[in-house]
Amino acid sequence: MAAKQLSLEEAKAHWAKTSTLMWTAMAIWFFLSFVVHIFARELNAITILGFPLGFWFVAQGSITGYVILCFWSSSAQNAIDREFGVEEE
Amino acid sequence: MVMKMEGGFLNNLGRVYAIYTGCFVAFTVLIGILEYAGVPNVYLGYMYVAGTLTVYAVIGFLSRTGQLTEYYVAGRSVPAFYNGMATASDWMSAASFIGMAGSLYLGGYDSHAFIIGWTGGYVLVAVLMAPYLRKFGQYTVPDFFGARYGGNAARLLAVIVLVTASFVYMVAQLVGVGIIASRFLGLSFEIAVYAGLVGILVCSMMGGMKAVTWTQVAQYIILIVAYLIPVTILSAEVTGVPIPQLMYGQAIEKVAALEKSLGILNAHANPFSNARGEYEFMRMVNFFALAFCLMVGTASLPHILMRYFTTPTVREARSSVGWSIFFIYLLYFTAPAYAVFAKLEVYQNVIGQPIASLPAWVAEWTKIGLVTLRDANNDGIVQLAEFRIQQDAIVLATPEIAGLPYVIAGLVAAGGLAAALSTADGLLLAMSNAMSHDVYYKIIDPKAETAKRMMISRVLLVILALLGAWVAGQLGADILFLVAWAFSIAASGLFAGLVLGVWWKGTNKPGVLAGMIAGFVTCMFLLVSSEFYGPWLKALLGDSTNLVAARGRQVAWPFGLNSISVGIFGIPVAFLVTIVVSKLTTPPPQEMQDFIDSIRIPTGAVKLAEGEAPSH
Repeated sequence: MAAKQLSLEEAKAHWAKTSTLMWTAMAIWFFLSFVVHIFARELNAITILGFPLGFWFVAQGSITGYVILCFWSSSAQNAIDREFGVEEE
Repeated sequence: MVMKMEGGFLNNLGRVYAIYTGCFVAFTVLIGILEYAGVPNVYLGYMYVAGTLTVYAVIGFLSRTGQLTEYYVAGRSVPAFYNGMATASDWMSAASFIGMAGSLYLGGYDSHAFIIGWTGGYVLVAVLMAPYLRKFGQYTVPDFFGARYGGNAARLLAVIVLVTASFVYMVAQLVGVGIIASRFLGLSFEIAVYAGLVGILVCSMMGGMKAVTWTQVAQYIILIVAYLIPVTILSAEVTGVPIPQLMYGQAIEKVAALEKSLGILNAHANPFSNARGEYEFMRMVNFFALAFCLMVGTASLPHILMRYFTTPTVREARSSVGWSIFFIYLLYFTAPAYAVFAKLEVYQNVIGQPIASLPAWVAEWTKIGLVTLRDANNDGIVQLAEFRIQQDAIVLATPEIAGLPYVIAGLVAAGGLAAALSTADGLLLAMSNAMSHDVYYKIIDPKAETAKRMMISRVLLVILALLGAWVAGQLGADILFLVAWAFSIAASGLFAGLVLGVWWKGTNKPGVLAGMIAGFVTCMFLLVSSEFYGPWLKALLGDSTNLVAARGRQVAWPFGLNSISVGIFGIPVAFLVTIVVSKLTTPPPQEMQDFIDSIRIPTGAVKLAEGEAPSH
């Protein structure tokens, strides 16, 4: 497989974009894991389909977010790799 | 016989597992018919266990291999979707399957730290690690430490952390097997543990990672079906709609109303509160500390990370993390429904009812001690304080709460066994691979022949399994608290080295060695001293450390933090020491920088530094 050899600048730019994606994903992760649950008591005042919202976030909301986040970040990384011509196959 | 078309197998995975699932459903129906015909329950239980173990053994036998790449990393041929399933059953242990819903039942909101803690770590795996470990592309997690941090010292430290964390975790799985098998088959606990041992070894002995992968996929199918069926039927009975994950909102409303009328002050959905329903700041801190340790621990446990060595490409490693968390999600976003439906049943049909007219499941589970009922005031009515239910009973008793036949209870037991066996297999393999590949081949005898290396690995597999079974048999259920240790140990010892190794080029060998030792020692010191020398630790740390009676001891909570979350100290210590020592010593040489650059990009060759030959 004749893989494309990135120049130093290209490699730097590729990694800069990858890092930005990483920090974005980490910020969303941090929000879903910690920030939203700090407000659990306040959110519990709102009820949807019987679920107090704060409880729903800890039981189902955050983890639904994680699943979406994992798939989204992996496709966003694929897009970055394509942009720099370093995707596989 | 379907599996015989080797080579064809990988192209026919969908069909093979569809046929397998069909056979399993037919098998379950058959057992249901036998039950209807009057065959005693204990025989049905034996059939379930024998049937599923036979399937695992057949897969293990068909996947036997003499090839190193197949034995260590399943030939790097596992598609993302199936690696996701295998990871999910590798991940979900007896504790997830049997214990978690029960701890949500007992602990309410605060226990949901387990839900986010045992899933959120996959975001860290997906973003920070899996693609880079796959690109690095050798056999084990210690391999990465060896290559990135120039040699055997870091490799050996990684092996020590790996074995410590994995062994305590594996023992807990064997205890889980013992509990399930003794309860459903009436075997003695010790015999059940050794029977489980056989179940584990038949999967992993002959085919290593290849066999474990395809068995874990089969085990996932059984465990998820077994988990979803009882609560789905219960939801249909209680709410009229068979979607428990959505409909338990209705049940929460009813539970909340019952809590009020029963005088329960701390509602199920009430966060960070004590028994009087009052908010406590330290409860919130403990909630976040536990969630954090479990998440970072997830991203550091080698039996999970090594699964991402098995995909064909970097891209598939990445998407297989998505599939992993998706398949885990199916169970985890259902567990809270189990807890709430069980609570509704108890508050509605048990508490305040005459003892003479309780539902049948109460008597059934009272017999084996999972439910205790004591009419303290002799009024013939069950009071809230007179009724106790153990956490394991929630999932196990749900089929009976829903009024389902024994065949479904047996199915749940088979699912619990699958969960425990698959996790134990992954852990066992992680340990024996690390010891045979990293310690024996890389450190002791680099010239060893392939056949000899695989023989060593298999021998270690048996020895470790026997040792685990012996410890499990000796200590029994008293050691289940050790599961939580594994997360803090792995997180404190490995996480900083893994993350910084990819994301900060400045991390060097002295830094990582110091950081790993500091993190691991901090964590182990706090775990052991808080568990076994609680009063001494309190005297050392001062008044903010409190003592809690647990497991017949005075367990210390360092600075008011639950002792299972001590990773909250170990993880930052590891990061801090790694960074400071790396800054103070010489930065890694250019060839190491090139190596890091090469694993950051999906394509191209991996440029190993310092004469580290790639493994063959």
